[in-house]
Amino acid sequence: MAISMALSSISSSVSSSTSVGNPRRRALHLKTQRPRTVFLGSKVECGIRGVQHTDLSRNATFHSAKATLSELLRENTTSTSDLLLMHDEGLELYEDMILARSFEDMCAQMYYRGKMFGFVHLYNGQEAVSTGFIKSLRKDDFVCSTYRDHVHALSKGVPARQVMSELFGKATGCCRGQGGSMHMFSKEHQVLGGFAFIGEGIPVATGAAFATKYRREVLKDDKADAVTVAFFGDGTCNNGQFFECLNMAALWKLPIIFVVENNLWAIGMSHYRATSIPEIWTKGPAFGMPGVHVDGMDVLKVREVANEAIARARRGDGPTLVECETYRFRGHSLADPDELRKPDEKAHYAARDPIMSLKTYLIENNLASEGDLKAIEKKIDEIVEDSVEFAEASPLPERSQLLENVFADPKGFGIGPDGRYRCEEPGFTAGTAQV
Amino acid sequence: MLPESSLVLGLSFEVKTETGSTATAQQGHELLLFEALREGLEEEMERDPTVCVIGEDVGHYGGSYKVTKGMAEKFGDLRLLDTPIAENSFTGMAIGAAMTGLRPIVEGMNMGFLLLAFNQIANNCGMLHYTSGGQFTIPIVIRGPGGVGKQLGAEHSQRLESYFQSVPGLQMVACSTPYNAKGLMKAAIRSENPVILFEHVLLYNLKERIPDEEYVLCLEEAELVRPGQDITILTYSRMRHHVLQAVKTLVSKGYDPEVIDIRSLKPFDLFAIGNSVKKTHKVLIVEECMRTGGIGASLRAAIMENFFDELDAPIGCLSSQDVPTPYAGPLEDLTVVQPPQIVFAVEQLCKH
Repeated sequence: MAISMALSSISSSVSSSTSVGNPRRRALHLKTQRPRTVFLGSKVECGIRGVQHTDLSRNATFHSAKATLSELLRENTTSTSDLLLMHDEGLELYEDMILARSFEDMCAQMYYRGKMFGFVHLYNGQEAVSTGFIKSLRKDDFVCSTYRDHVHALSKGVPARQVMSELFGKATGCCRGQGGSMHMFSKEHQVLGGFAFIGEGIPVATGAAFATKYRREVLKDDKADAVTVAFFGDGTCNNGQFFECLNMAALWKLPIIFVVENNLWAIGMSHYRATSIPEIWTKGPAFGMPGVHVDGMDVLKVREVANEAIARARRGDGPTLVECETYRFRGHSLADPDELRKPDEKAHYAARDPIMSLKTYLIENNLASEGDLKAIEKKIDEIVEDSVEFAEASPLPERSQLLENVFADPKGFGIGPDGRYRCEEPGFTAGTAQV
Repeated sequence: MLPESSLVLGLSFEVKTETGSTATAQQGHELLLFEALREGLEEEMERDPTVCVIGEDVGHYGGSYKVTKGMAEKFGDLRLLDTPIAENSFTGMAIGAAMTGLRPIVEGMNMGFLLLAFNQIANNCGMLHYTSGGQFTIPIVIRGPGGVGKQLGAEHSQRLESYFQSVPGLQMVACSTPYNAKGLMKAAIRSENPVILFEHVLLYNLKERIPDEEYVLCLEEAELVRPGQDITILTYSRMRHHVLQAVKTLVSKGYDPEVIDIRSLKPFDLFAIGNSVKKTHKVLIVEECMRTGGIGASLRAAIMENFFDELDAPIGCLSSQDVPTPYAGPLEDLTVVQPPQIVFAVEQLCKH
């Protein structure tokens, strides 16, 4: 029964969220048909009704996490300007999503041409989540991702050239070719990875948030308010690290946002076959933080929620759990035949393509012209082409690079039989790492 | 039930290190090993405000072996962070904090609990500096009491050095006296590399006089405990003390063993070890970890590779039995190497 309620509430949110157009109509749909969500930091109280298996309004922990909806979501008084979407912002979002889509499509091409190898996981279809969140972050905020990390790195500002080179395994890659598709890191842009095992990045993200709190309270740095956003999938939400970190983040009120990219499938495992309570957002209040469900195919909605959650974290009110309903248009990885997902499910979400939705919205609301958008698409094409050329022309890592970054302090390789540190031997970094 | 230091009978005799501590009877101050660890920790926390301790019961409780006693009152709850029981996640959290500028020390209440953090230690701690192309450093220290105690049962008597030694990117050191405990603690905290510091449950009450002046030991160096001519005995942690007991018997029988506490379990100090092998031409390794895939196994391979021509005898290796440590006293004693076995092994090897 609980599952059918969840499905019906999801399908009702589906029908409301296909109308990206008229803000007033959108707000009305939100009020009547979406599952109500708990959202701290906003002004209107809203209870959770219609979710009978978990009557959170009577839950003691829920009372401490009582939510209010922001004025943006409340009523008919919304207008285009209230959505804070100016011409430039709209184009920025569009450009970021087009970059993501074009880049990932190019990755697929390059993979099948034998330029990149191993496991490559593409983000097509999920662009609204990355763009919606990361474009609202500052440069010094942290992003932590999973193996589906190319687009998170791009949105955060890592140049396309560096990401493509990394995928080609060249020395000019952001990780010098040592990381690969699943391990995108950038110190300059505060991208903390890129992890192959699911759930592994969530504690790392929690640590970055802890460091912000530490700076503020122990090192007495008033300006320390960097926020960390951790991205992960629906499959990860059944993993212990997820729950352990929800607990610690809420316990210590860490400035972190846990973003669930629920694309309903963990390779071939349907979310509903793996999860006893599929509504992941309901698990937030169980740990003492707001849990929000948002339509992850609509970049404007994601952005709205992101702005609230980021502001909440930045002012020190603690973590938020955001579940984004999204979908990947391709298989789990380029090696996945993708035979289990039904065609009508795929068609349903293809009709909700976040890029098409934003395009329609921008044009219908006179925020951009076709010409503006075409110009962006052309610009991105050139950027992606350039990144491929750059990657192709870049050198492969030299043999001498083999041992260079094993230790931050290469004295860790130890003292050799002749009394010198092994790292002082000429040509050591090209040799084999014997103890 | 978790053991407290008061319940576990430590070896509470004076430590006589020939070359370890340079404190004489007049200078320096006497303290127990856990106090030495605390001293090192406090000095480093005063010196650098980004140093913090993360673990279960490290704050208000003062640590299950009292290593951090009194420190939360002095440094505050954020610098001595009492965590929920979630080793994998708080170790990962420490790694994330290290990547973003702090210098955390993760305490495993018992080293064995860090098996739960194996994912984070192997995948992230050792690897992230490399997979990020050198962009992020992880100056983390992971420490805790391990080894076979007094009838603590199999799960509280584990030796993790053999499990972690294959993880690239990690350094491992083992302390055995108050002098080297403090020195290695300080060195590990100052190191930019992730370091695992192995302490031993039965050694926390060892007493020694250590210098008043500040000192930091070298993480990669071994310690010459007793110079000799007949045979090189390589050991670490608690087995050092079993070896020294055996040495008393051996000396009375006319042998002159050279004892080296290798201290650095990864990487090995091949210079100190090599010099000794070139002098004595015979090696006996005495260790507490299990025979299979242990530190001794790696050390034998390294010595054979580098100093084969210097050897007059096969390299002897005394390790613990490949057995989950039994609870019963006599059986537990049999799993670990005892001084009479060391004496016998030396006698056998010296016949070559």
